[in-house]
This record gives sequence, structure tokens and C-alpha cells, in this order.
Amino acid sequence: MAEVKENTEAKPAVRSAGTNEPAVADRVHVWPYLVRNEFICSIIVMIVLTVWSITIDAPLEEAANPTQTPNPSKAPWYFLGLQELLVYFDPWFAGVVLPSLIIVGLMVIPYVDINPKGNGYYTFRERPFAIATFLFGFLFLWVSLIITGVFFRGPGWNLFWPWETWDPHLVVAITNVDLSAWGPFKWMGNPKIFGVEMIGFVLIFLYFSTAVVFYYLRRDMSDAIRQLGPVRYGIVAFLFLTMMSLPIKVILRLAFNVKNVWVTPWFNI
Amino acid sequence: MSHLNELTKKIVESQLWRSMFRHDYLDTPRNRVLQIMANVWLHLHPPKIRRHALRVRFTWCMGGITFLVFLVTVVTGVILMFYYRPVAEYAYADMKYLQHDVPFGMIMRNMHRWAAHGMVITVWLHMFRVFMTGSYKPPREFNWVVGVVLLTITLLLSFTGYLLPWDQLSIWAVTVGTNMARATPLLGSEGPFGEVVGVTPRYDARSFLLGGTLVGPSALLRFYVLHCILLPILASLLMIVHFWRIRKDGGVSGPL
Repeated sequence: MAEVKENTEAKPAVRSAGTNEPAVADRVHVWPYLVRNEFICSIIVMIVLTVWSITIDAPLEEAANPTQTPNPSKAPWYFLGLQELLVYFDPWFAGVVLPSLIIVGLMVIPYVDINPKGNGYYTFRERPFAIATFLFGFLFLWVSLIITGVFFRGPGWNLFWPWETWDPHLVVAITNVDLSAWGPFKWMGNPKIFGVEMIGFVLIFLYFSTAVVFYYLRRDMSDAIRQLGPVRYGIVAFLFLTMMSLPIKVILRLAFNVKNVWVTPWFNI
Repeated sequence: MSHLNELTKKIVESQLWRSMFRHDYLDTPRNRVLQIMANVWLHLHPPKIRRHALRVRFTWCMGGITFLVFLVTVVTGVILMFYYRPVAEYAYADMKYLQHDVPFGMIMRNMHRWAAHGMVITVWLHMFRVFMTGSYKPPREFNWVVGVVLLTITLLLSFTGYLLPWDQLSIWAVTVGTNMARATPLLGSEGPFGEVVGVTPRYDARSFLLGGTLVGPSALLRFYVLHCILLPILASLLMIVHFWRIRKDGGVSGPL
């Protein structure tokens, strides 16, 4: 219906002459430019979703039967990273404390990452630690563990290739021992000397104290650590070391057959 | 032609038309602004944004897609609610009925489920994009926190919905998931120091979640109420905050 057709090209930003005002940000009308993008994007998503829903049916198995436990019983796929960690950690850690730490850890990111650079654009060079840590946590600890849980775990939570047939009777000998009865500590743990489990506590304590040592060693040299201050540094170091303890425990278990590092009557780590 | 123009004029100048549409459709700068400001749905946006915020390669459209698939789950979910009863005796039969007898029942269920799974993925990708562009940095710190809560609610929504088909897949997946609750330190019957607190399998964090010691009828009802009422309301409220704060914090982040 419009009889007067305006020029719809967005105009570049104009700096008003003779003022020290910063250039007016390069702004465009939301209608039509953004609404058009959103509209096209919605159409594409809806087409994909509709075609997907026509061609692939949602699963529905037999009616719920509390007396018949399937093997394996898998959590929904988005929690399989955590279920995968149940192999290596007790449920109180892998199922409760770790998810809570992930949520809290994500929430504190903006308050402990005080690097002003890299706000609003893609960059690796200006914030290497933040990006590397996040990628390691997201891709390696979250996504790859989910893929393992979805595609590589079969009956008895044993590892299978996706093309392998599941053998429900497969028995894998478990030869893992607690750290106090392992390798160099064996002479103390077998027969058990009272209090030998404290080795684990000491090792974990030493592991986390590296952060304190690092702080005092590097404080005078590193601007980043000085600006963080002890509280923020402490939070970052605790969360970072906790995150890195996951692959460490996995390696200890898979390569060295260590079951638990620290065994107590109440919990194991 | 002149008759048509006259008719058009008559319609658009009528009281009825003008009570609904406050401005004409002519492409003028004023109307472009009114198009946004005078529309309750579109005024989520500011009238103008920075040009770089249009770049799909910057935003991946992931926040918007997450919202879209959330709306899909709301619409399809309401339709499914017409046919589904959260009662252990009926739930599975209702699923069968929905799939085989209800017109378009299967595709509604499929869209609901795939949109929900899609939402989990898009919300992760959205977080990934926001992290990689450093968009959580001041002044957007708190909106990141709101986003993390929304991500958690998305997972909970998906998880509570997982139980509702009441088949072997759902009941055992939820059993595996909720078994974790009994390992909660202090509050779980098998968790560290649970004995010290004195919680028992009949009375601990897990039985609170399930309304019993098993994933049974009361768990089904609890998850249904959480899935259809509490969590969607929470998510909607936080989405309002999330979207509103994008504007208040200066729009989509970008290089200064």
C-alpha cells in the first residue's frame, strides 16, 4: 500500500561536526532489520523441527515396571556426564556436590574474571586462561563424558564400541585398591596400620595448598594475581583445582588402579 | 481502482480499525519506531540496536532459538495436557492413546520432546557463545547469573518431563537420577553424615523429592506438577528478567 518508498538502507553512523562527543553508535532500526532476522530464523527452526518430528518418533518403551531393572539404566542423556563420573567418585560427590559446584562455579565467573578485555567480541589471545579453562570444562569434561555415556556404555556400565553387541554377562575384573593399600604405601596398608588413610588427606591437602604456594610465589610478579586479591584468587584456585581433580582421579583409576585416594568411615574421595 | 482506494480509506479511517492500529504501514522512520513501540510483543526490543547485534555470526541466534523452542514446548505441552492424566494407572495408556488415536497426537508429542531436547542443546550453545564473547563482563554480570539459573531450570524441566510417559525408559532414568539425592551430605540416608542427622530412607532428601521410597505414583504426580506449573512459571519469570536486563544493560554486547 505504501506509495512513498523510503530508502531502506541503514545509514552509517554520523559524527556531529565540531563536538567532542563520541561518535553516535552505529544504530539501525529493529524494524525491519532485526525482526526480519528473527522471522527467517524462526521459520528455519520451525521447518527443521516439524520435519524432524514427522520423521522421527519419540521413544516409548514398555510400561513402567518397578520390578524389572534394565541393564544398563541410564539417566537422561544430558546427565550422563555426571553418571559417567559415578564410576570414579562416590554419589555424594558426583551426584550432589559436583553439580552444585558446577552451578555455583558458573555463577561466580563474572565476579572473579576481572579481565576487562574481550568484552563483546571473540578473542583467545586477550583472555587465554578463561577461554582455555572454560573449553576444557565444557568440551572435555562435560560434552565428551556425555558422548562416552551415551554411545560407549553398555550392561554393567562396561565400555563397548557402538558397533559391538552388548554382552550382558561380560565380567571385567576389578583390581582397584585404595591408595593406602597401593604401590608404595602397600607396606602400611596391608596389614593395616591405624590411621594410614591419613595419607590421602595429606595428599589432598598438599594438592590444594599448591594454590597458596603459587599465590605467594607469583604475587609480586603477576599483575593478574595481585589485582584478583586473596578472596577472588582463592575462589578461582579452589574451583580450578577441583575441576582438575576430576581428570586426575580418572587417570589414577584407569592407569594406576587407584580406587579411592582418601577413605573415611563417612565418605571416600 | 479509485473505488478500491476509497474503500481502503474508508476502512482504515473507521473507528474500529483505528482503535486497533494506531499508525499506518508506510515505511518511514517514525513508523519503524512505532512498529516496535506500539506492539506489545515486539516492544521486548528497543526501537534501535547497534548494527553489529544483527550479525548472526556473533550471536548465533541461540538465545532467540532457545526462547522459540521454549514457546513450542509450551504450546505442544498444553495440547498434551488435554489428553494426559498423571496417574500411574492411566499415564502409560494415555500415552498410547495419544500416539495412536488422538489426531496429530504423535506429532505433538514428538515436537514437544524434540523441542525440549533441542532447548537443552541451544541453551548450552547460548551459554557457550556468551562466554566466548565475554558478554558476562560488566555491566552484564547479573544477567549471566540469571542465565545460569535458567539453564538449571531448563535441565530440571526436561528431567521432570522425562518421567511422565511412565514407561521403562522414564522410570529408570529418573530412578538413576533421583538416587543421587539419597547421597546428599547430611540430608540423604546414604550420604556422608546422614546417620548423624538421623535421616532414614523413608524420610530424607530423596523421599522428599519422590513422595516415597520408590519412583511411584506420588513421584509421578510431583514431577507432573513441577513440570507443568512450578518450573514453567519460574522459567517464565526469570526469562522476563533476563530479556529486560539485556536492554537495561545496553543491549547485545559488542566491542566498545
